[in-house]
This record gives sequence, structure tokens and C-alpha cells, in this order.
Amino acid sequence: MDADRHEITVSVNGIHYTRHIESRLLLSDFLRHDLGLAGTHVGCEHGVCGACTVLLDGQPVRSCLMLAVQAKGHEISTVEGLAGKDGAYHPLQQAMHDHHGLQCGYCTPGILMTMTAFLDENASPSEDEIREALSGNLCRCTGYQNIVDAVMTAAMRMRG
Amino acid sequence: MTLPASAMKPAPFKYIAATSLAHALALKAQHGDDAKFLAGGQSLIPAMNFRLARPAVLIDINAIEGLAGVRSHAGAVGIGPLTRYRALQRDEALTKLYPLIGEALPHIAHPQIRNRGTIGGNLSHADPASELPAIAIALRGRFRVQAAKRERWVEAKDFFAGALTTDLQPDEMLVELELPSPKPRTGSCFMEIARRRGDFAIAGVAAMVTLDERDACAEVRLALCGVDETPVDASSAADGLIGQNLSEQALSEQALSEQAIREVAACLQKMIAPAGNVHATADYQRHVAGVLAERALSTACQRVQDGR
Repeated sequence: MDADRHEITVSVNGIHYTRHIESRLLLSDFLRHDLGLAGTHVGCEHGVCGACTVLLDGQPVRSCLMLAVQAKGHEISTVEGLAGKDGAYHPLQQAMHDHHGLQCGYCTPGILMTMTAFLDENASPSEDEIREALSGNLCRCTGYQNIVDAVMTAAMRMRG
Repeated sequence: MTLPASAMKPAPFKYIAATSLAHALALKAQHGDDAKFLAGGQSLIPAMNFRLARPAVLIDINAIEGLAGVRSHAGAVGIGPLTRYRALQRDEALTKLYPLIGEALPHIAHPQIRNRGTIGGNLSHADPASELPAIAIALRGRFRVQAAKRERWVEAKDFFAGALTTDLQPDEMLVELELPSPKPRTGSCFMEIARRRGDFAIAGVAAMVTLDERDACAEVRLALCGVDETPVDASSAADGLIGQNLSEQALSEQALSEQAIREVAACLQKMIAPAGNVHATADYQRHVAGVLAERALSTACQRVQDGR
């Protein structure tokens, strides 16, 4: 079978990219290999671990469970777009740093994308709500407590 | 710098973004079992990543207008197949009308999955552990199924033929889930046990109890997920409850109703054939199903009295 190729234009972190890709290319691999945005990590590649979470039109989704060709015309946000142009951390990145919310860091980009979208919708979350929102992201280092603390702190700081 | 073909997860396929329902159905009529509809992709893409599924053609229905959304008909509510779980979760009118749906949604995978997963994809995939098929049965739902040149309705209880197998023909698509309006004086409850939040159910129970104006039990609906090859309609296990007085006073006197509910659970346990798995033996699944059925029924009875 000849490779089934399509031209797509996708906005990633506000920049438009046009690429000619094979239809079976996953969005996660497109970001990492075609665009060189390796901040999106791939763990299980079947939708369990959450490491590859990106925002699709503002909503967290698994980029390993989407074809790149499906992102045509949509807006994707990845961890590379979180910090300010001056390099200043997003409040959640800063809080994760302050609370030691990461050790090996493999799951961190997925957690950041999941929880920044969560905080946009819920400015004053309870600890239970944070744990529920985190349920789709596996972390094997931290035991989650420091991540929960970081999200609580980020929420407080973002409320001002 | 693109990923070499040898490193790509899914096997090659031809991708077609359908522009209308008629277009999608024409493509399916042409390609039959060689083609799969791609909705949320939250079950299909993992299966393709493992190469357990190798469709020759993928018909993407995500861009088709009018397939998502909730519509009220006379005496019923219709839910479009491309409606995502997240949209249901945000639909307060719907989850108030059908508390079973609102109560089950947090058990369905995780936020990232619920943002993509669709009800049509879920029902057509027919995973035995899935919540929505059992809920559709409990609510006496039915499905509108369409092919290029015909349309039919299938009752939810007749739709699920086996694990990952439905009544859908190779040229058909499930295009609507229709739920009848709930009867007055109905209480409901959904309960599930899984090893981890969002994981596959060891057992899940949807229960609905309707009382008549004299507080006699008029109808009980009971459906289970995760305990057999298909969702199980176990409503007949509760035949003995019909006509019994389930007033607040009767419930508070407990002895009678507790015994009656225990008998329902015991009967229900004989109606299921759990397979057992690495997380739970078949005996344990049967035990959990009975315990959850007792709790869900008692809670549903209480909720009729509480008016919710």
C-alpha cells in the first residue's frame, strides 16, 4: 500500500505549521519528530499514562490517541508554550519548582498541560477536585502529594 | 526529521474526512468491514497502536455537522453520536433529568479521555466493562441506526451481542441514542468498583426504582457492567419487589425491605457470568456485583423519597 499522505496546517503555541504527513502519524510523534517539540513526552502510547497530554482548542487530550491529520485546522498548545516570552515560568511551573513537584520529570509536561487547563476552569479547587483532575496522569516518583500542593499554591497565587 | 515509517505505531490505512453523514455512510457501504468510523478514537486508536485493529480505511466523522448535541423530543431526549462525554458532564439539564448519567460519568476514564470520547463510539465499541451501555439499558434507551439507504431502531437491550460485538451491520452507523423521559417518583443510583479511579470496572450497577402514588414499588430497572460478555439487564431479579410498600416508613422499619433487597441481589448474582481477570476473580466480581446492587437499590429507594 502506498503511503497515504495529507497536507495539514496546524497552529501550535500560536505558530502555524504546514506539513505533508502520513495519515497514520500520531499527533504526539508529529509534535516531537516533525516539529521538534520534544517537550511532549510519550510514555505508554495507548492512552493510560497521560505524559503526552496537550491542549486541543484549549482542552486537554491525549496526543497519542489522535492522528496528526485530525489536528488540521485546530489549535494545539504544548508545554513549550507555557512560559512567558521572557522565559518567566507559568505560575504552575513555578509552584511545581517550589514544591518539588517533580523528580525525574517525565510526567511533568502532561501534568502541566492537564492542570493549567483545569485551573483555567476552576480557580479555587479543593484538594479532592485536584486529585480527580490528576487521575489521568501517572507519576511514579512523587507520590502525587507535592504535585497536589503545587497546584493548590498555583491556584492561590493566580487568584492574587 | 519525520518519524521513519518503521517507527509508526498503527499499520497503514487510507484516511478520509467525511464531510456529511451521507458521505460517511456511502463510504462505509463501499468499504464495509474494511473500514472503521473514527469518532473520539479513545478505544480505536489504542487498538490500532497495538495493531490489534488494522482497518484499511478510516472514515473520520469528527467534522460532520449535526452529529453532536442533545435534543428534546416529545417524551424523550435524543443524544447525537458525536456528543463527547465532557459535553454531557457540562449539561446540567441532562444530568438532572437522568442522574444515572451524571453519577456514572466520573467513573468513565479520565478528563483527557472524556474530552474526546463520544457516546456513539462508546456504544458501538461495546466494551463489556463500559458504563454507558448498561445505563442505556437501565433507562430503556434505544438506538437509531442508519445505513446509506435505510434506517431502523434497536432497543439497547437487543443491541449488544457479545464482547466488542453489536447488532450493527457493516454498512451501518449508530446515529442517535434516545432515552425516554423518566417517570415521576423515580429514584436512581449508579455505583462502580474499580482498582483505580477511571479504570475498567470490576463491577458496576445502575439501579432505578419507581413508586406509584401509594408508595408501592411500580418498576425496578437494574443493569450491570463489567460482569459478563455484554451489559446485563437484571431487572427481572427485582420482580419480587413490585407492589411492595417502599414508603419512608417501610424503609425506616428496615427489616422487610432489607431482606427483600438482599433477595434481589442474590437472584441477580445468578444472572451474571463474570470471567475474572488479574484484578478480581469471578467469585469476587459476583460478590461485588451483589453488594453494589444492594447498596444501589437502597440508595435509589431513598432518593425517591428525597425527591431526586
